[in-house]
Amino acid sequence: MTEVNNTSRIDACFERLRKEGRKGLIPYVTAGDPGPEATVPLLHSMVEAGADIIELGIPFSDPVADGPVIELAHQRAVSQGVTLADVLLMVEEFRKKDNVTPIALMGYLNPIEIMGYETFAWRAAEAGVDGLLAVDIPPEDADDMLVPLRKHGLDAVFLLSPNTADERISGICEAASGYVYYVSLKGVTGAGNLDINEVQRRVEHIKGYTRLPVCVGFGIRDGASASAISKVADAVIVGTALVKELAAHEDLEGAKAAITARLTEMRTAMDQ
Amino acid sequence: MSEIRSDKKAEQRYCQPDERGFFGVYGGRFIPETLVPAVQELKEAFEKYNQDPEFLKEFDKDLAHYVGRPSPLYHAERWSRELGGAQIYLKREDLNHTGAHKINHAVGQILLAKRMGKKRIIAETGAGQHGVATATVCARLGLECVVYMGAKDVQRQSANVYRMKLLGATVVPVENGSKTLKDAVNAALRDWVSHVDDTFYLLGTVVGPDPYPKMVRTFQSIIGREARRQILDQAGQLPDALVACVGGGSNAMGLFYPFLEDKSVKLYGVEAGGEGIESGKHAARFSDGRKGVYQGNRTHIMCDDAGQIIESHSVSAGLDYPGVGPEHAWLREVGRAEYPFATDEEALQAFHDLTSYEGIIPALESSHALAYASKLAPTMSPDQSIIVNLSGRGDKDMHTVASIDGITL
Repeated sequence: MTEVNNTSRIDACFERLRKEGRKGLIPYVTAGDPGPEATVPLLHSMVEAGADIIELGIPFSDPVADGPVIELAHQRAVSQGVTLADVLLMVEEFRKKDNVTPIALMGYLNPIEIMGYETFAWRAAEAGVDGLLAVDIPPEDADDMLVPLRKHGLDAVFLLSPNTADERISGICEAASGYVYYVSLKGVTGAGNLDINEVQRRVEHIKGYTRLPVCVGFGIRDGASASAISKVADAVIVGTALVKELAAHEDLEGAKAAITARLTEMRTAMDQ
Repeated sequence: MSEIRSDKKAEQRYCQPDERGFFGVYGGRFIPETLVPAVQELKEAFEKYNQDPEFLKEFDKDLAHYVGRPSPLYHAERWSRELGGAQIYLKREDLNHTGAHKINHAVGQILLAKRMGKKRIIAETGAGQHGVATATVCARLGLECVVYMGAKDVQRQSANVYRMKLLGATVVPVENGSKTLKDAVNAALRDWVSHVDDTFYLLGTVVGPDPYPKMVRTFQSIIGREARRQILDQAGQLPDALVACVGGGSNAMGLFYPFLEDKSVKLYGVEAGGEGIESGKHAARFSDGRKGVYQGNRTHIMCDDAGQIIESHSVSAGLDYPGVGPEHAWLREVGRAEYPFATDEEALQAFHDLTSYEGIIPALESSHALAYASKLAPTMSPDQSIIVNLSGRGDKDMHTVASIDGITL
């Protein structure tokens, strides 16, 4: 297919990282947590603290793949009426000051299905979204979603698990673009402890199937784990450890300071 | 039993779902990647053992001697006469071991779990009937059992909570969201993602990702196979209508399935109308819902314009769920079945009516089916017949009904 082949923000980002010999840092927050006004300033501070790509969660009433910390973040946002349409407005607002940092939306299928795949893809592209990671749709049944995403130049990020069989790895990598997200452990977000050697083995295995960057998430919470993972993956994804700070602080400035401190710690450890 | 199983009329012509678990656009497998291998393993095991004569023999044996099947088909003559129309027959699933139809698929799934070598069983429950059925079959096989139950349901179904504990299960009250069945399903899914290697999720109805809707239907279709044979035996002809309540829709699918190719038989799945559709406090997904993706499948759900799930309401915990089995969405779309609703008030009236006219105390869930049947019967003639699935007995609802009637037990 001949698309208008402007390099996407995500591809450009990984290209830049590769040239600089660095690994990517991808923070996750849920849009609208702790409140709708908090998100855009928070995204800018995360970029200042060293974020390369941002994963922005679409609030959903029933986030089954998330652990208690991120589930509560969804609840805080949903209870304040934050919708997918609001999330797109937030990205549009963010883009006024930052036209470089890629944003991938992460969420559950229903809000997108209700908006309509074509409408979503069009509006998301207009708003300046770069990709979508829908956690509850396997790529083999995702054509309704993939066709509009591709048409509007959005990347489709898919998850790979420790227990994903080889033939699925190959199919998922084929459907994916931008990057693939390796879930480092069998569990919900925020769970468990990492086995770095096992992650390394799996990431190398996945790299036999794709030239896409392989990013690793789940279980990364501090400088040490970020540094260890960054040695074996193209980027580290951190969510729960940041979202926890939003819940722990009464004031947004305090939460923001804690989050940027955590990201700076990770960035420093990764770049050493 | 083999005589019943050979009656595979429906299976021969009706071929839903497709290989990927879709009933038209409904169904499918909308789950996080970590669960895909587990669901795939389950699907392969189900397809394999569902063809295995040894497995089927053991299932039939357990249904006969442990569950107590076949359950009777009872002609409710006095109530039929009172209503003045069609003859009402009750498929007495309330007489099964543990008091509801849930034991049918619990027995089927536990035999599967055993063959798959799974040592730990998890389940969700609403009214507690599926939780009790699961705890029961786990006790029998000595397997670890964890049941997730919404905290609100734990309160309104305390007797069933105690039964599960007596049977050795761990009951985990779920404090999230609406604290009902939907939140129990979320909690069970999270548990499964976290213990995917050794755990079997014994799901309680025809929802969730493929193969659950098909698998639960298959294990429950013993209801319809028996009923079809029994009504031919007793009335000499097929019924004119089948009526069953629909929460997720397992008892309805179990009754409907063997009749799907009998086009003269009308199918009615009765949803919970709660305090009425206009009140917004109901679980009538077909009267006031829309197509969406929820808890593993595409189906009709209650959600707002932004796609957030709306909490359902019903006097009966077992019908209090914002989604519905995808096959029901399909049957409705192709016009094979209709999905009216009965309100809390109508269900309670039917509960009292059946109790006083027939000496049978029905579950509040089944009372919704009875309520609709009591409207349908007078529009029909006395030589016509209706089979109502009496999916469970009402013992568990004594506290609920008593407190509505202003009585403290």
